Amino acid sequence: MVDLSVDLGGGHRLPNPLMTASGCAANGKELHRFFDVSDLGAFVTKSVMADPRSGRGTPRMAETPSGMLNSIGLQGPGIEAFVDEDLPWLQSVGARVLPSIAGSSSTEYAHVAATLRASRAFDAVVGVEVNISCPNVANRGLVFACDPMASAKVIALVREQLPRDVPVFAKLSPDVTDITAIAAACVKAGADGLTMINTLLGMVIDTDRMRPQLGGVTGGLSGPGIRPVAVRAIWQVRQAMFEGRIPTVPIIGVGGVRTGRDALEMVAAGASAIQVGTVVFNDPSAPVRVLRELCELLEAKGYDHFTDAVAVAHGR
Amino acid sequence: MTGPVTGPVTGPVTGPVTERGLRARVTQEVAEVIATRRVGAYQHITLVAPGVAELARPGQFVALAVGGESSGTLLRRSFSIHKVSPSGTYGGTVEIVVSAVGAGTRWIVDRAPHDTIDVVGPLGKAFPLPTDPVACVLVGGGYGSAPLFWLAGELRERGCHVEMVLGAASEDRLFGVVEARRSCDGVTVTTDDGSAGQQGWVSDVLPDIIDRTKAGVVYGCGPMGMLESITRVADDHGAVAQVAVEESMACGIGVCMTCVMPVVGSDGRTRMVRSCVEGPVFRGDRVRWDAFDGGHARVPDDAVGAPKVGGH
Repeated sequence: MVDLSVDLGGGHRLPNPLMTASGCAANGKELHRFFDVSDLGAFVTKSVMADPRSGRGTPRMAETPSGMLNSIGLQGPGIEAFVDEDLPWLQSVGARVLPSIAGSSSTEYAHVAATLRASRAFDAVVGVEVNISCPNVANRGLVFACDPMASAKVIALVREQLPRDVPVFAKLSPDVTDITAIAAACVKAGADGLTMINTLLGMVIDTDRMRPQLGGVTGGLSGPGIRPVAVRAIWQVRQAMFEGRIPTVPIIGVGGVRTGRDALEMVAAGASAIQVGTVVFNDPSAPVRVLRELCELLEAKGYDHFTDAVAVAHGR
Repeated sequence: MTGPVTGPVTGPVTGPVTERGLRARVTQEVAEVIATRRVGAYQHITLVAPGVAELARPGQFVALAVGGESSGTLLRRSFSIHKVSPSGTYGGTVEIVVSAVGAGTRWIVDRAPHDTIDVVGPLGKAFPLPTDPVACVLVGGGYGSAPLFWLAGELRERGCHVEMVLGAASEDRLFGVVEARRSCDGVTVTTDDGSAGQQGWVSDVLPDIIDRTKAGVVYGCGPMGMLESITRVADDHGAVAQVAVEESMACGIGVCMTCVMPVVGSDGRTRMVRSCVEGPVFRGDRVRWDAFDGGHARVPDDAVGAPKVGGH
């Protein structure tokens, strides 16, 4: 039997490296009808902001080759409702939770993190993922994740709000010139780990109506079609860690993982944990299936510990 | 994938009405096609899906995966359940009616007997049934009529007088006229081109039927424009409209947030709600029809959390 446990910082040893991906699993109740969400290493919730948000109008999605484009607009209940209802429910079923937080200003991120920390179910939180792919109102809507300074400021403010034993993960966008520069800025600002990658910005035109298909015009591209981009990003950042350009921190791999093989590919590139996102829309029990398949593959390859496979493709 | 897998019922839910659908049981199973036949412009498919057949109620739907385990078409296609037979010769079966409009639905229509399709269901909320034996009018647009025959049977069992209105662009786009005559107390057919029944729209004939039968409930399933007009006519003639909406969905299970539409809650406030778990059946007068326009649904300015800034 392979030891699947992994330590992503803060002393919270996770029983396995499989997680949901933010925005692809809602806040737990929906998928708990298909599998026990406490079987996952961690449950990553939908990005939550300070206030309730309706999100954008429809259409909100377009199907693409091996993936989809979405333009939801961060619909959500706001942090107060999240800590009153969603987080206690996840705690009640025994889930380890990695809440994803978002903001339209660095102070909003800090406020959301502080509210989370003060909540009664905070014990269930094994880390916080910071979705920095949000438009920064103070900088004409430029996405935080595209600007090392803005990213660093958000991470530093969130880090300050949370206890040391709760690791902070910066979720990076691949839509940048040099992802290692953003990764370095986030780690130097206090990120204990990195989640890679967020969606890529894309667009589809409806050629029947000759207009943008999405109500929000552009949207985030996700699914197996983007997996090679995620593997590349993880590889580049892990390489920069080996070369000493970035302090070594755990990477959570995400982007188009559909099978145990896909998860293993990201692990070999440098990921210490894996999130399954868009594929859940195709197969609601995909996260536990991928975990089972990953475990079988590691066993077949003779690994005793999952962590021994992390980043093994480097230098080969 | 191995099936059937039946998920656990979720724990006690104390949230608003929006959470109710999440307590219902759902299964995922690999279903064998045992019959498939052309009906006018549509394909009528029978699947062996005992888990779904046992749990489903009229108005609920199933979500079918397209193209097998490594398919590049990731998103499921959702279909309202036409009929279930929980204990048939082949085990429980589920019947659906499919209109091939794109590559995904074409793949489903092309399945031959003994092929398999991955099915998740039953999903969504069923049609609410009246507690008293009131008269009901069931209105179906095109193959939107699919779930109404099953519903008609349940209503008649409760002593309701049931009439059906079937409307479509042309005769080949009507579904279930013969079955309607068998399962209802009265049937009216309309087509845009007059190729069958009365020329015109369902909303042309609906007022007289409601008045004549003194109907208390109008059930509708079909295109959004038709559901809006059914709601308006029902309102004007003293009936409650219960409509099953068609919104494009990526997941069908409540996690993707793409199938939302503006609906007024019991507190009088408008929210963008998921049609897959909070619908697909809504009371017609709760839907913000004013927000729909040419394939778009905008967020009404008075909706809870209406947008100020973007982000994806």
